[in-house]
Amino acid sequence: MNRPDLFEDILQLTYEHFVLVLASMAIAAGIGIPFGILLTRHAAWRPWVLGFANVMQTIPSLALFGFLIPIPFIGGIGKRTAIVALVLYALLPLLRNTLVGILGVDPAVRESAVAMGMTGTQLLWQVELPLAAPTILAGVRVATVATIGAATIAAAIGGGGLGVFIFRGIASVDTTQILAGAIPAALLALISDGGLGWIEKRFSAV
Amino acid sequence: MGEPAETSAAAVEFCNAGFCVDGRVILEEVSFRIEPGETLVLLGLSGAGKTTALKMVNGLLFPTSGEVLVEGRPTTAWDLIRLRRGIGYVIQDVGLFPHRTVAENVGLVPRLEGWPPERIAARTNELLEQVGLAPAEFLTRYPRQLSGGQRQRVGVARALAADPRLLLFDEPFGALDPVTRLDLQNQFLALRDRLHKTSIFVTHDVREALRLGSRIALFDRGRLETLATPDEFLKAPGPQTCAFLAVLGNQAEDASAIRADE
Repeated sequence: MNRPDLFEDILQLTYEHFVLVLASMAIAAGIGIPFGILLTRHAAWRPWVLGFANVMQTIPSLALFGFLIPIPFIGGIGKRTAIVALVLYALLPLLRNTLVGILGVDPAVRESAVAMGMTGTQLLWQVELPLAAPTILAGVRVATVATIGAATIAAAIGGGGLGVFIFRGIASVDTTQILAGAIPAALLALISDGGLGWIEKRFSAV
Repeated sequence: MGEPAETSAAAVEFCNAGFCVDGRVILEEVSFRIEPGETLVLLGLSGAGKTTALKMVNGLLFPTSGEVLVEGRPTTAWDLIRLRRGIGYVIQDVGLFPHRTVAENVGLVPRLEGWPPERIAARTNELLEQVGLAPAEFLTRYPRQLSGGQRQRVGVARALAADPRLLLFDEPFGALDPVTRLDLQNQFLALRDRLHKTSIFVTHDVREALRLGSRIALFDRGRLETLATPDEFLKAPGPQTCAFLAVLGNQAEDASAIRADE
């Protein structure tokens, strides 16, 4: 493989990787944050939902991808299965940080909001979510960085992304190929971490 | 104080209202009225049930027996949002929204009520002046940029914002230093004399009760022991009442000693 080809492949697979992570995180946030909010209202669900997310996180990521292959509809080979696995993997930090962030709102602030006649919706949008935002965003950041790493394993089940380089490099004992996958993945993680950390700070400035 | 005619509606009325949790009695069934314009102080040790009684007025808690009437209607029959927007609420921990400016905090209930912005701004200015904070200096500050006393002034302004029919105070000055507390008590008396709002004021400080209350209700372990004007209260016989009055004598000496220390 000559150099221009390799460079083109890096760009292509980095883009694939990015899309895989973005799609997974969008879905995970769309599930995790609303469920986290529900958990603040229903204490009885907490052990079940958090327990499920916890178990998902303890399954080694390679095994999680493997488990999903034989499952109908969501399983099989390809990007869809990869996204399902990554979503399951990202749920815990999102659920937990949403729950902790909202429960961490000063009880006096919550009590005065209720006592002044805020409705449940007003309390959530005007008080709880703004005050929990830094914590929730920290969850998004942690989940994103973890997902960027875990997404390299998606290549094992045909999900594409930078893991393609890494698995190919391992198979052919080619360090250049491994680095071609690992370095962009690490850069992607660092940039996401920095960018999301910056947004998080902006929200906690007040 | 003359007995009001039986037909006149009380601002608030407790009718055999009691509260228990898990079989534990927090407040025994009590009955009393709060007349329009008066300041009733609920006095007692912690755990006496006074905060519980207060929270049953704005529907943060509901009696487990009997009922609490606000303007003749049981709290359970009120639209809770309507009930609460008409009742100002000031608590010891203030509970200002840390992510909102002083102006936004004070204007909160008017904004929820959909007042036009110019009217909210005018009202906010007026209220800050009433509680002794210069609007130009404080409107754009955040709660963390205020002292404890200033925060509680903003808390009082916020409670008054939408001109509520009733004001509830839950040990509002309990966490303040003695000098600031005295200052805010004077402010409270000035506001009371100007606005004539019906108020219920919870405290464990018998001096504060005697200074601020038009009547004092003394609670002891969930039971209403004494309900009297300050003058009558000084001569009331109950054991817990006597304990509070005894503290008053000692406190006068101790308080001056403590001030000298600081």
